[in-house]
Amino acid sequence: MMQELIQGLKDIVGGEYVSTHLEDRFFYSRDGGTMESFEPDVVVLPQDSNQVSKILSLANKNKVPVYCMGAGLTLSGLHRAISGGILIDMKRMDKIIEVNERSRYVVVEAGISQGKLQAYLKKNYPHLKHSMPDAPPAATIGGNVAIHGSGHLSFLGGFHSDMVTGLEVVLADGRIIRTGSCSVSNYWFAKAPLPDLSGLFLGWFATTGIITKVGLKLYPAHPLSDVRVLICEDPKIMEEIIFKVTDLNIAEDIITWMTPKPDWARGFLHCNVIYGAKTKDELIFKRDLLFEQVRDLIDKKVTGFLPLLPFMKKRFLDVPGKDLVRFADVRKGGGFEYVGAMIPTNLFSDAYKLGLDIAQKHKVAYSLGSRIIGNSHSMMFFYAYAFNRADLADVKNAQNALYETNKKVIDIGGIPWKAEIPAQKEILKKMDKNTKGLIFELKKLLDPNHIMSPGNLEE
Amino acid sequence: MYKLNYDPLICKGCKTIDCLVKCQYQDFKDINRAREEKNKILNGEYSKVLDDCRTCYGCEEYCPNNNHPFYQIVELQEKLNIKNVPDPIFKQQLRMMGPKNRIKTQSLKPPIIDMCLFPQLIDNIKGKLYEGASIIWGGDIFCNIMWLHCANMSVILDRLPKMIQNIYEYYIKQSETDEIICFHDECYGAFTQLAPAYGIDVPFKPVHIFEYISKKLDELKLHIKPLNQKIAYQRPCSNRLCSDMDEKLDEIFHKIGAIRVKRTYDKNTPLCCGSVLRIQQKDREADEIQRENISDMKGTGARIAVFNCPMCMMTLGEEVAAQGLFPLHVSDLVRHALGEI
Ligand SMILES: Cc1cc2nc3c(=O)[nH]c(=O)nc-3n(C[C@H](O)[C@H](O)[C@H](O)COP(=O)(O)OP(=O)(O)OC[C@H]3O[C@@H](n4cnc5c(N)ncnc54)[C@H](O)[C@@H]3O)c2cc1C
Ligand code: SF4
Ligand code: SF4
Repeated sequence: MMQELIQGLKDIVGGEYVSTHLEDRFFYSRDGGTMESFEPDVVVLPQDSNQVSKILSLANKNKVPVYCMGAGLTLSGLHRAISGGILIDMKRMDKIIEVNERSRYVVVEAGISQGKLQAYLKKNYPHLKHSMPDAPPAATIGGNVAIHGSGHLSFLGGFHSDMVTGLEVVLADGRIIRTGSCSVSNYWFAKAPLPDLSGLFLGWFATTGIITKVGLKLYPAHPLSDVRVLICEDPKIMEEIIFKVTDLNIAEDIITWMTPKPDWARGFLHCNVIYGAKTKDELIFKRDLLFEQVRDLIDKKVTGFLPLLPFMKKRFLDVPGKDLVRFADVRKGGGFEYVGAMIPTNLFSDAYKLGLDIAQKHKVAYSLGSRIIGNSHSMMFFYAYAFNRADLADVKNAQNALYETNKKVIDIGGIPWKAEIPAQKEILKKMDKNTKGLIFELKKLLDPNHIMSPGNLEE
Repeated sequence: MYKLNYDPLICKGCKTIDCLVKCQYQDFKDINRAREEKNKILNGEYSKVLDDCRTCYGCEEYCPNNNHPFYQIVELQEKLNIKNVPDPIFKQQLRMMGPKNRIKTQSLKPPIIDMCLFPQLIDNIKGKLYEGASIIWGGDIFCNIMWLHCANMSVILDRLPKMIQNIYEYYIKQSETDEIICFHDECYGAFTQLAPAYGIDVPFKPVHIFEYISKKLDELKLHIKPLNQKIAYQRPCSNRLCSDMDEKLDEIFHKIGAIRVKRTYDKNTPLCCGSVLRIQQKDREADEIQRENISDMKGTGARIAVFNCPMCMMTLGEEVAAQGLFPLHVSDLVRHALGEI
């Protein structure tokens, strides 16, 4: 049957875009994180929505599992083919379909990389930008919105899934549907005022459908930008700083970072506030507003802005930022994973302490931080642990630290983001029963043959 | 325990109180008010000077009696816990710039150029001026007197003697010279002015970069093509610990045919580059002073702004360039005259 299926796939996308080679299957079976490998039986690279539709129809008819991968960069192994079957690599679907300059949105194919969209906008619409995650630029727009990613404009615009204006999705049976205004109009301007069907596909780990097109909000790209870095020694004061700074609506991005390396950073909490402006005067005006906002704390000498020379600021203004990537190799051997956890901002101190305790207990190299989302209703708090992939004991140790972090995050009231399979189970364990029941019913409704990403969102 | 060598009686009897009257950042036109505040300082009491001092080092130069008014201020600021820099910033900078214990014994060929803590300008050490030079830099030989800007003398007195000892033990002892060429005024000021003020022994011969360049220009006389350029010079705070070296700069300018333009903010009245004010969280004041400073530079008709202090250059360089002046380090200016750039 597999041979027939593979031939069927070749008929759909062309022979050169289907592979059952051992090397390819190995490559697609894993990512840079700690999760164990699972090989797909076959990898397929479609070129458009119709091909995706045909692939899903074929898989559905044959009841063969289907997994979907953008760039496979979550580090939580979310694209792994846990039950084997077909792995759809979306990267050939990378067209920019439309930029609506006045309504500030773009429509793209879901497999387009963050880097390609960024470069295209810089060249053709320098006054517009999309919110970039700090992931390597190969990360895809579809993969990122599918997991509720966040990035450089998340203080301004919320999660990247909040920036979605509409989706085109292929369902398990091959039907192509649209969510948002584009289901009624030619314009992809908003999810409102319709029933918000996008929610059926965002945060579901490809268990309900495969996103093939995304309408995404764009934002003004200011010619000038600046970063101010506040520093303090007490997490409670950092909570205060975050509250004060977010009370002022000037930032595009607010990030905290706490790391024991280099040694001068150990024990200090930093908060980067990044904002843009059209003119130098506006930039200074915003800087002064920011100063006034935390003036009382500065007068008490418990915080202050780091004196950064112009060349030092570049590192903080780079989009995407490279600090996490640099950290990824501190243990050498290239192993790195982080628990991103969505946590209400008021729990900053607890979240920080939790990270320190676990890092100390497991003696792992760590880097902690958070990105404040949507006017500080929540934050993506990250617990990054580096390990040496060649050292199995080191990998296991990091895995334990991650697992424990996930559990503790849930205990304090947060929710692990882009959760690995064990953490997904922990979340479901804690979830309200009726809600969980509805999730399972919806999955069944949309995927009666249980072919979509089996192993995910399961108890 | 090192103690400041000064005589309070001289201050008590001082007729001019130049240290405060000439201060550019505080208004002491009324000498009686200056005396009042000075007396408070001498008595170890709080004076508004402790809060208002912008740590420009100027009074070290203004005092005709070498009675170290600025060090008196810094000691009292520390004693009374008057902080001009937020705690976490001070603590982090202390750690960042602290000794790293990575220094290794080396036998170095002269000239030995001490770059302090500024590897960013190592590229400046090239060409005929520095032929065969050995370069030293890093946290283990950092003079540490920047803590004067942070109301702290005790760290300096703790670290500086060790740094001096490091230079001697690890470099000078087995090298062919006892001379250390100080690229940064701070090191030279620390070795020749602050160290003696506290009785700290300096077992090598500090040479200021200007002395070195001026002497070197005599050797390279035949290569000099006079520049005939008007130069606006940014005199740094640390040069005020070694005022005589400012004359050496005039000597250099004379030798390379550069014209040090007369400007309001040079010589005895230079302006802070702004970096110190920023660390003290006074951004608006820093903006104003930078604006004033650069507009003064421009007003002279100079097309080149020359720096000796790496910090001044890194702080002001970009803005100076944005305003149409060409920022250059003294070394590079001289290399222009030598036809190397
Ligand atoms: C150094 C580093 C920094 C990072 N920083 C950030 C950051 O700042 N912000 C952030 O958000 N993330 C960050 N990440 C995490 C991650 O890399 C990104 O979220 C990335 O955008 C995920 O996209 P991807 O294409 O790699 O998705 P994949 O890993 O390929 O897929 C993610 C999930 O979405 C599903 N999926 C993929 N494509 C589709 C589709 N078309 N339709 C339906 N489901 C789909 C997959 O099955 C999987 O469950 C970072 C990662 C690294 C390594
Ligand atoms: S420090 Fe110098 S100028 Fe000031 S009062 Fe004393 S002697 Fe006079
Ligand atoms: S150091 Fe400068 S600002 Fe401070 S008192 Fe002396 S002259 Fe005035």
